[in-house]
Amino acid sequence: MALLVDKHRPRSLQQLSYHHDLSARLRSLAQNGDFPHLLVYGPSGAGKKTRIVATLKELYGPGVEKIKIDSRVFQTTANRKLEFNIVASVYHLEITPSDVGNYDRVVVQDLLKEVAQTQQVDISARQKFKVVVINEADHLSRDAQAALRRTMEKYSPNLRLILLANSTSNIIAPIKSRTLLVRVAAPTEEEICNVLRVVGASERWSEAPGLNRRIAKECGRNLRRALLMFEAVYAQNERVTDKTPIPPPDWEALIAQIADEIIAEHTPQRILQVRAKLYDLLTHCIPPTTILKTLTFKLIPKIDDALKADVIMWSAFYEHRIRLGSVSDPVNEIEGFLTALTRIFPPQKVIFHLEAFVAKFMRILESYLMGIDF
Amino acid sequence: MANFFDIRARAAAAATNGASSSKVPSKDNGQLQPRPKSLKDVTAQDHTINVLQRTLQSSNLPHMLFYGPPGTGKTSTILALAKELYGPELIKSRVLELNASDERGISIVRQKVKDFARIQLSHPPSAAYRERFPCPPYKIIVLDEADSMTQDAQSALRRTMETYSKITRFCLVCNYVTRIIDPLASRCSKFRFKSLDQVNAKRRLEEIANNEGVNMGDGAVEALMKCSDGDLRKAITFLQSAARLVGVIGDASEHTKQDADDDGGDAMDLDNSGTPLVTARIIEEIAGVVPDETIEKLIQAMQPPAKGMAYQAVAKVVTDMVADGWSATQVVLQLYGRILFNDAIPDKQKNKIVMVFSEIDKRLVDGSDEHLAILDLALRVSGILAGT
Repeated sequence: MALLVDKHRPRSLQQLSYHHDLSARLRSLAQNGDFPHLLVYGPSGAGKKTRIVATLKELYGPGVEKIKIDSRVFQTTANRKLEFNIVASVYHLEITPSDVGNYDRVVVQDLLKEVAQTQQVDISARQKFKVVVINEADHLSRDAQAALRRTMEKYSPNLRLILLANSTSNIIAPIKSRTLLVRVAAPTEEEICNVLRVVGASERWSEAPGLNRRIAKECGRNLRRALLMFEAVYAQNERVTDKTPIPPPDWEALIAQIADEIIAEHTPQRILQVRAKLYDLLTHCIPPTTILKTLTFKLIPKIDDALKADVIMWSAFYEHRIRLGSVSDPVNEIEGFLTALTRIFPPQKVIFHLEAFVAKFMRILESYLMGIDF
Repeated sequence: MANFFDIRARAAAAATNGASSSKVPSKDNGQLQPRPKSLKDVTAQDHTINVLQRTLQSSNLPHMLFYGPPGTGKTSTILALAKELYGPELIKSRVLELNASDERGISIVRQKVKDFARIQLSHPPSAAYRERFPCPPYKIIVLDEADSMTQDAQSALRRTMETYSKITRFCLVCNYVTRIIDPLASRCSKFRFKSLDQVNAKRRLEEIANNEGVNMGDGAVEALMKCSDGDLRKAITFLQSAARLVGVIGDASEHTKQDADDDGGDAMDLDNSGTPLVTARIIEEIAGVVPDETIEKLIQAMQPPAKGMAYQAVAKVVTDMVADGWSATQVVLQLYGRILFNDAIPDKQKNKIVMVFSEIDKRLVDGSDEHLAILDLALRVSGILAGT
């Protein structure tokens, strides 16, 4: 059985349940025959991808839903072979260049040029151009983005790009100035409630408005997360009422536990205990940023108002450190080899930063409680 | 596909299918206004254009280095110059253009660039052709976006530039002249492209809007220029996107609009007043500018009576902002503008605030988490404002 998220994913622009003016805009862009390059940005779970797939369908008809997965091999300048997966239909390609880490430039240059230089053979096709969807565009390296610049101008008769990103901060200005920016805001709590109600009704589940509202609040305006939570609740309980607890994911429960422990006692021994748990989280591939962020927001309600600003400051500080520490030098060949390993085992350095944050937090709290500044 | 082999039927089918797209051929290449065709058409770089125009007559050209902020016409200038020098027939064989989308490592400089540089000129143009175009006896190699070339590749160019200077001129185009190594920079005569001044940019934009039959609302041109700060290409793209959005929204409501729009393109008549307006708000939305109300809300939240009390209010606004997908860099930029030009804040506090801003900006560039970064920024600024 498919997950609710996939089962009830809207397939066309008409079925989308919120941001109607945005859908109308996309539809008329698609029908106009003069489709620009797009840069779609917004937080995760806001429906960027769903919208794009629906737009593609509007552009090309149902043919875009027949997709296949290709595996291509690229050769870098250093003669290293890269395997790269492409999701493709007859009309469009979907790539995630950040998969290959520092070599994304090679993929962008080779693949896009190849696509751009071939014309649409089928004369009865609706559009003359092909669309390339680039996922996680904000993770593209600077080089890869620079390589995109001219390609976008030069080959625009044969090629349109749709870039998907969580934020436009990491996208270089020349790209931004060549694309039509489309902001997809996260759905409001009310909109999430509506979606949950509709989905619940079509699954013939008993309705619990209070529960829906609680899920909408818990999920942080992330629709995907809301639907997963919704499904989890109904899967685990026979009878669902307004009071049914929402089970948090394991990792979140563990982080909540860590937060409690930190608040309860501020000693080096406690840090050691926490360290074991942090390692546990890291080895289960929870990204360090997520750990730090969740931990921070779990700690915040438990502490005094005067401390909150400080805690946020240090949290942001260590988050920055994590980011700096785990980025490797682009030139480094060995790092390239390690990238594969890093995906399984996050760099060990991360633990220092997480621990440093824990220690710092304890110190702040202790000194505040003692009333001494040290 | 019964009529697969019937070519005529297929062509007819294609013609009906392609009709919608072939109607707007001029806009098909994604650029509302094509690049200028001759040097005269390049806007607002009078000094550079004067010098270059003189070289047109003297048939001698130095190696050149164009630098300046994006969208000021660097690439346009060199392309226009090449066109005027060689004309359509020779431009293919005499000009080599390489940009960041091409592989430009040291090996390419050694092979492709060098090979092209040392080709002797052949196929002299006919006398009649030479009358129309100067056709000077050298080739041009344009290295666009040269600041993204590696140091090694740049130093490999040094010798090539000297050895073949008789038959080849180089033109390096870049944003940051500091990224070009000194030996290269000293071999070129430098041209600085300044960002367009307001008057010129405004005139150009209005001209384009007029030509394309876009109906600009009050303050829309000003909004365009504010959002693009001197980058004309950006302004044109924004204008184009806005025109598309407005045009197509109107299009969805009435289907006959398409034809009316096409006629409107060549003549701006009175009956065109029915076209929807491009307003300042639409342009800001396209440029990703955060609305003033949102920023105002954040500023309000940052100014409560005592320190620490700010947290709840600020956290709520920031969470909403992040969920709405506003880009953190943009928020930081606009907040900065608002706070710095607020005269109610004493200079001493401003000093501290600017420090915080610079730090957060650095973090965002490094790819830190936006939510935490903005929250931190807002809380720290609020702390400073409270006077601690």
